[in-house]
Amino acid sequence: MYKKPRKLFLSLIGLALVALIIDLPGELPIRGGIGPLRIDTVIRRPLLNLGVGQLRFRRDLTIHQGLDLKGGTHLVFEADMSGIEEKDREDALRSSEEIISRRVDLYGIAEPLIQTANNKDQYRIIVELAGVANTKQAIDLIGKTAQLDFREEPGENNQPSATESLEAETSIIKYQPTNLTGKDLARAQVQFDQSQTGKPVVALSFTAEGKDKFSQITSRNVGKRLAIFLDESPLTAPTVQEEITSGNAVITGDFTLEEAKNLAIQLNAGALPVPIKVIEQRSVGATLGQDSVVKSLEAGAIGLTIVIFFMAATYGWLGVIADAALLVYGIITLAIYKLVPITVTLPGLTGFILSVGMAVDANILIFERMKEEERSGKKWRAAMELGFGRAWDSIKDANTATLLTCFVLLNPFEWTFLPTSGMARGFALTLGIGVLISLFTGIVVTRTFLRVLYERDETKQGGEPRGIQWSAKIGRILAKIRGGR
Amino acid sequence: MIRFMRFKLLYFALSLAVILPGAWSLVRFGLRPAIDFTGGALIELEIQPHEGKQVTESALRDLVGQDVEVYAVQQTGEGTVMLRTKPISEDQKLAFTDRVKEQLGGVVERRFESVGPTIGRELLQKTVMAVVIAALLILIYVAYRFKELKYGICAILAMFHDTLVILGSFSLLGHFLGVEVDTLFVTAVLTILSFSVHDTIVVYDRIRESRKRHPQAHYEEIVNLAVAETLGRSLNNSLTIIFMLTALLLFGGVTIRWFATALLIGTVTGTYSSTFTAAPLLVIWENFKRRKS
Repeated sequence: MYKKPRKLFLSLIGLALVALIIDLPGELPIRGGIGPLRIDTVIRRPLLNLGVGQLRFRRDLTIHQGLDLKGGTHLVFEADMSGIEEKDREDALRSSEEIISRRVDLYGIAEPLIQTANNKDQYRIIVELAGVANTKQAIDLIGKTAQLDFREEPGENNQPSATESLEAETSIIKYQPTNLTGKDLARAQVQFDQSQTGKPVVALSFTAEGKDKFSQITSRNVGKRLAIFLDESPLTAPTVQEEITSGNAVITGDFTLEEAKNLAIQLNAGALPVPIKVIEQRSVGATLGQDSVVKSLEAGAIGLTIVIFFMAATYGWLGVIADAALLVYGIITLAIYKLVPITVTLPGLTGFILSVGMAVDANILIFERMKEEERSGKKWRAAMELGFGRAWDSIKDANTATLLTCFVLLNPFEWTFLPTSGMARGFALTLGIGVLISLFTGIVVTRTFLRVLYERDETKQGGEPRGIQWSAKIGRILAKIRGGR
Repeated sequence: MIRFMRFKLLYFALSLAVILPGAWSLVRFGLRPAIDFTGGALIELEIQPHEGKQVTESALRDLVGQDVEVYAVQQTGEGTVMLRTKPISEDQKLAFTDRVKEQLGGVVERRFESVGPTIGRELLQKTVMAVVIAALLILIYVAYRFKELKYGICAILAMFHDTLVILGSFSLLGHFLGVEVDTLFVTAVLTILSFSVHDTIVVYDRIRESRKRHPQAHYEEIVNLAVAETLGRSLNNSLTIIFMLTALLLFGGVTIRWFATALLIGTVTGTYSSTFTAAPLLVIWENFKRRKS
């Protein structure tokens, strides 16, 4: 008689239970009742917060949905490095990334993802924004260089007539740059013009150094105009009444509230060292995303049900055990998605659903082997153990090819000659994880379940399975657990 | 036992019947590359028309504006339309949707993608690279796994068979239904290649094992035996995958419909080719060698 790996069986059950707890939604409301007994509570799943010395491991244990599922915008900006020396380009890109991060943070978008990608002469910044309602504004906010500077009138000039627009005026007056720029700002803030219009304005406070510069500039320009330029275009050109020593200034322009807010954010975050422009944009509306999630999950559930019935119908009790292992597979995979955490995209979801179909592959190989061994006259136990041993070689080899492909698609080392496209990656990641976990559940879990739960009449060699006599079986297992042996 | 290998010509004829139309279409029409590779924009809108208004292709084309070249307008579902245009900016798109709102009806923007031409070209190059590397890795693996040349070559031929089937099908789908080939399609093809090898390895392993056990038997008999023994597994395993993919195809969202289709076609041909292409090829190879010596 083979020794029954009871300990392993119990630890697998334990593992599945832990994974199941991780899989639970954050809050699980339970309502209902029988007669006078009413239950109305919410089970709260604990958050994971482990720490060993300096190492901390925190997870909020939610499934991270990709932009294509929760809705959002994926933007690729290309930086125009023509004005920057070759050796400084990496730095310029990095500081642009930082400034964009600050802008996005100030704007208040949850969980933005900002990363740089450079490839030969191309310098790119990828920005992912979840669920932004106004994409145009976000693009404007991120994409503006926001180089602010103050310019004074040249010594002599032709006075333009008052009716001309600021643009026309600046083409006549050749404003001279001063040494006061956006770098001298301590803070920018939206205020409302209290004197007359009530329009939004942007109030500036300078740093100590900026305050000195500003006071010098205003003192030598009393009665003249001082223009404020943003990205080489004039915003406003007020006339200086007197020297300003307070270090405060106000930009009035024809701003809407949103524009004023964005300008304040851009000024606070700093100017981008290089101009950038959008070269790729992918926006998915939240409706389409949620629609995709619901439909994919439905499809997955329908497929899973068919697979479960198919396995039970084809392999009888063996199939039922494979189904149990398949459920363990699903539970563990989901827990891993939450623990790593893995951002699940639509192709990723497809990879997972596909991997469910593949997960029973190992079982099918093993069961077919077992049938053969039995046909060749081996006893059931021997046939089972041999089936696992013999099938392992095929299983291992057969899955290697899939894992190799997943590796290339995943491009884990970010090789620039391979695609770094999120879609292919999401798919490869979930499929690869699926293959690895299914090797574990298809072999270790199934074998342990079989050894512990499945019994056959050894005297009836090669006969039909007697099935599992569940009640007796469970009783015996419980007795063993209690009594040990 | 069924003597599977007696019908090899039938299997090849069946393969040809599937491959030839696809191959012809591939030469004649080629594949229809998506904006991922060519650059371009895709706007999917859900429009609820105002009373008395109808959402027609010409109406939409007019609203896009003169400066934007429209490649195609397609109805993707109940009240949803998809426009393919040259790459446009967020501003241009907003101007368009505003005009639609004004003149046609309420709009929900479902999806907007715009890919610049450089980035498309770049992705195409990288994708080709990925295909080459993945194929090479699989080849190296097959070579390592089957040290005998004939197994390696026949496995690769079977892979080639599957590639042709899937490329051909998508060329036909592209021509008749406007289905495009995007990053996900390439992903599907690579996945299918690995599935195909996966199945072939199982059959070949069995052939080599049987050969060791019955060294005296005729090669064709051994292949027959191996095919008979692995057919159940091969079918059952593919069936479980086919169940999942069919469910995705029928009930999953529109966005991954063609991805699921590519995987489904690939799974079917991969299963078929392992048993009915890879195995008979071995027999032919062996017969040919015997006749020569």
